[in-house]
Amino acid sequence: MAGLGTKGFVLPGKTSNVKVILNGGQIVTYLRPDGYFSFQNIPAGTHLIEVAAIGYFFSPVRVDVSARNPGKVQAALTENRRGLSELVLEPLRDEQYYEIREPFSIMSVVKSPMGLMVGFMLVVVFLMPKLVENMDPEEMRRAQEEMRNQGVPSLASLLPGGGRN
Amino acid sequence: IDVLQTNLKIEKDHIVIIFSNGRLNAVSCIDGEVLWEKDFEGESLEVQQVIQPPGSNLIYVVGFASSSLFEMYQINALNGELLKHESAAFSGGFLGEVSPVFSETVVALDSTGLILLTISFQNGKISFQQTPISNLVKDSFGPAKIIPSSVTGIFAIKMNAVTIVIRLTDENKLEVVEKTNHETSISDALSISEGQQAFALVQHAGHEIHLRVKLAHNWDDNLLKESVKMDQHRGLVHKIYINNYIRTDKSYGFRALIVMEDHSLLLLQQGKIVWSREDGLASIIDVTTSELPVERDGVSVAKVEHNLFEWLKGHMLKLKGTLMLASPQDIAAIQSMRLKNSDKSKMTRDHNGFRKLLIVLTRAGKLFALHTGDGHIVWSHLLQSLQKSKVCQHPIGLNLYKWQVPHHHAMDENPSVLVIGKCGPSSDAPGALSFVDTYTGKELSSLSLVHSVAQVIPLPYTDSTEQRLHLLIDADKHAHLYPKTPEAISIFEREFSNIYWYSVEDDNGIIKGHALRGKCTGEVADEVCFDTRELWSIVFPSESEKIIATVTRKLNEVVHTQAKVIADQEVMYKYISRNLLFVATVALKGSGEIGSVTPEESWLVAYLIDTVTGRILHRVTHHGSQGPVHAVFSENWVVYHYFNLKAHRYEMSVIEIYDQSRADNKDVWKLVLGKHNLTSPISLYSRPDVITKSQSYFFTHSVKTIAVTSTTKGITSKQLLIGTIGDQVLALDKRFLDPRRTVNPTQAEKEEGIIPLTDSLPIIPQSYVTHALRVEGLRGIITVPAKLESTTLVFAHGVDLFFTQLAPSRTYDSLTDDFNYALLLITIVALAAAIFLTWTLSERKELQENWR
Repeated sequence: MAGLGTKGFVLPGKTSNVKVILNGGQIVTYLRPDGYFSFQNIPAGTHLIEVAAIGYFFSPVRVDVSARNPGKVQAALTENRRGLSELVLEPLRDEQYYEIREPFSIMSVVKSPMGLMVGFMLVVVFLMPKLVENMDPEEMRRAQEEMRNQGVPSLASLLPGGGRN
Repeated sequence: IDVLQTNLKIEKDHIVIIFSNGRLNAVSCIDGEVLWEKDFEGESLEVQQVIQPPGSNLIYVVGFASSSLFEMYQINALNGELLKHESAAFSGGFLGEVSPVFSETVVALDSTGLILLTISFQNGKISFQQTPISNLVKDSFGPAKIIPSSVTGIFAIKMNAVTIVIRLTDENKLEVVEKTNHETSISDALSISEGQQAFALVQHAGHEIHLRVKLAHNWDDNLLKESVKMDQHRGLVHKIYINNYIRTDKSYGFRALIVMEDHSLLLLQQGKIVWSREDGLASIIDVTTSELPVERDGVSVAKVEHNLFEWLKGHMLKLKGTLMLASPQDIAAIQSMRLKNSDKSKMTRDHNGFRKLLIVLTRAGKLFALHTGDGHIVWSHLLQSLQKSKVCQHPIGLNLYKWQVPHHHAMDENPSVLVIGKCGPSSDAPGALSFVDTYTGKELSSLSLVHSVAQVIPLPYTDSTEQRLHLLIDADKHAHLYPKTPEAISIFEREFSNIYWYSVEDDNGIIKGHALRGKCTGEVADEVCFDTRELWSIVFPSESEKIIATVTRKLNEVVHTQAKVIADQEVMYKYISRNLLFVATVALKGSGEIGSVTPEESWLVAYLIDTVTGRILHRVTHHGSQGPVHAVFSENWVVYHYFNLKAHRYEMSVIEIYDQSRADNKDVWKLVLGKHNLTSPISLYSRPDVITKSQSYFFTHSVKTIAVTSTTKGITSKQLLIGTIGDQVLALDKRFLDPRRTVNPTQAEKEEGIIPLTDSLPIIPQSYVTHALRVEGLRGIITVPAKLESTTLVFAHGVDLFFTQLAPSRTYDSLTDDFNYALLLITIVALAAAIFLTWTLSERKELQENWR
């Protein structure tokens, strides 16, 4: 097409990226700014209209064009077999393409391996001695002697300067 | 197709006049409705030009009815009514195209190509005026060719590589205004002010492009004259379009958009190329991959800053950026440095196999190498063997194959690819081969073949230089071996009796199996030509079945294990023969658009055929269904997508085929003590004992193409990559298409991972590989295995190109990108500090106790 120069004309361009597709790609049309679309000279029979719009899920629509009454169409959604009284296409639902990042919560840190390590450490360091405290000092000494006799090295004997007991 | 720009309006609706397939249509610009159409096919007219004189509502259609009859039709542009029809005979005949010069005058050539005819049809009278070309140009010889142009009064002719621009003066005299050897292109006319038309003339001379903009009626004055340097790798200039703008001093400035031979676009303004676009990438025909060079110690392929000063400057900039002191230019410089040094775009192989080269062949006959890291073009090469030349009139690129993939000599040899094209649209057009090195992009050699290329079969044998043997089958059923070396012939002759292939003839509905017979006899005999013989053929009855899809397994697919463990520790053995073919046929009535027939009139039949013996292993009929069928075959299963007319919805079906002959080898005792046939040789000539399982599900969307993920060892579970009609790619787990799905799975089946059966396949929006993007005009999806077992690389092409990495079973063999190293380090440091603290506390406590 020849160039248009400084004074060209601007067609009412397509303002959205929505495609309306007939019969799996036989005819593709776009929407007018007011949301209307049209297919011309469609023969009688059953046809399938699909809408391709990012962010929305449209059910394909089965359209029966009547052979006897020209201009009469019957439409029904294929996903849930609901009939449409007029050919107005609405999305069935929104589509979220990205997983929503979970907001930061203390519980997620605690449940992660790091948190579990720290938690276990805290339990061992603070709660275990409490259990041992309630025992008699006699029993404690006997348990320690037993451990030493069995040759289980306690942590204190491993460290330098320990093992004084 | 010819599109005429008009300023016609019918009640505020602009009309576009389009001429195609012998029919003239007027289409409304608002909604594409065809307002009127006029058919010229019945008149046995070869329409040459459609002219719309500006300012009037008429359209002239001119053409040649037979070789010596000139016809002119005058049509009302608003309603398509034929107003006038004139015809006149010319004894000299006509040759080639017609160029419109004035609103009622055209120029043509006579049948010898040596005389120019000025034909005017004013007021319904057609008159011819002859001017021999030799009168205009001194040493002219050979037939000329008219290059039509829509600029008033100007047209061009081409006579053996010399282009001559001729002007038709007001007194109907022809005058030569320019004569040049360079490739020339003339733009369309641009009306810049009342009554004045400007046009551009571009000439491609070696490394430079000369652009001149002139007024239509005044040849000698140049409104604009510029020269721009141009690389050779884009080929010659094909088309030019101009646009003007008003400069600050109120004079006219022009910018030109040129389309080059390799389909790239360039914008020229004020003597410089302002931008360029590689639009050849929008029509990719075939894709293959190549590995990058191995990283060598001491030799770094990335650009290193050579001197200390640059390194220091780089770090100063980065410091400024962190301290928020950088200006916008500094930020841009930091970004570009980061991109250059980032791991993604290095030009060497990486440990995980994510960095590769994608070699693509475009319809323009140009090879591009795209880096998978960030998609930049590493090299591009315009293949001379696929450009229009005297030898090859209409070259068409066909396929890309990996030719040489060096493994043992990976450090010294570069891999190369084989490009196969043919020199014409018919099936017996001679072929053209080209070998291109994938690291440098240079063409190693090229061959123009004498024979045609009907089929290409890559053989599983390589010679000592690691070149893969290929068998090219031509239209006369001879097989030619490439490379044509004695070593290749000896390897081939050893495996002579083991080579089988099949061919599909869609039009006749016949599938044939072939093998080799012996050396060629006859006049086309040479060392590497072999005769073929037909082993078997399956003829589908043409009244009831028409082949619409054939799919086979990918040659380099790896199957991890033949055994599949199912619930209750039972084992099923997959039938993983590589010689299976899936064929889908549809009833003849159902081969039109979806919904165009009633369910009783259409059916779809799916076959699984063994291609060595021609046995039909499985057949299933879907009544009330029709195509188009998109199928994918992997391991031991086929998934195919078709249209169900009864429910008026799309369906996807899966067929899995299992080997029963090994089924009684389940007992350990039998394996150890008794007899088993696990070591018996597998031969396809014995009847395979197979069972199949299949299931169908509804699927919402129309589909353009289906592919399946592939990994190096085949251990990772597979996902089906479905390219929907909305140009998105959906990754559907194969477990949804498991024929053993039941409505209420038992406990054992649930443990195995079988999903409860539903009537339709779920479309989970998070599993769209393309997320919120669209691959506009999606045509094909290709998957390439990476070295890491959990990951596969996916490349989707169409008008847009899309590349991503997918991990169908999540990355189980490497840490993910968002692994929180910082948190790990902090935790380790905190724990070490806590250990030390508590140790000192306990020491102190013990000490205190001892002193008590």
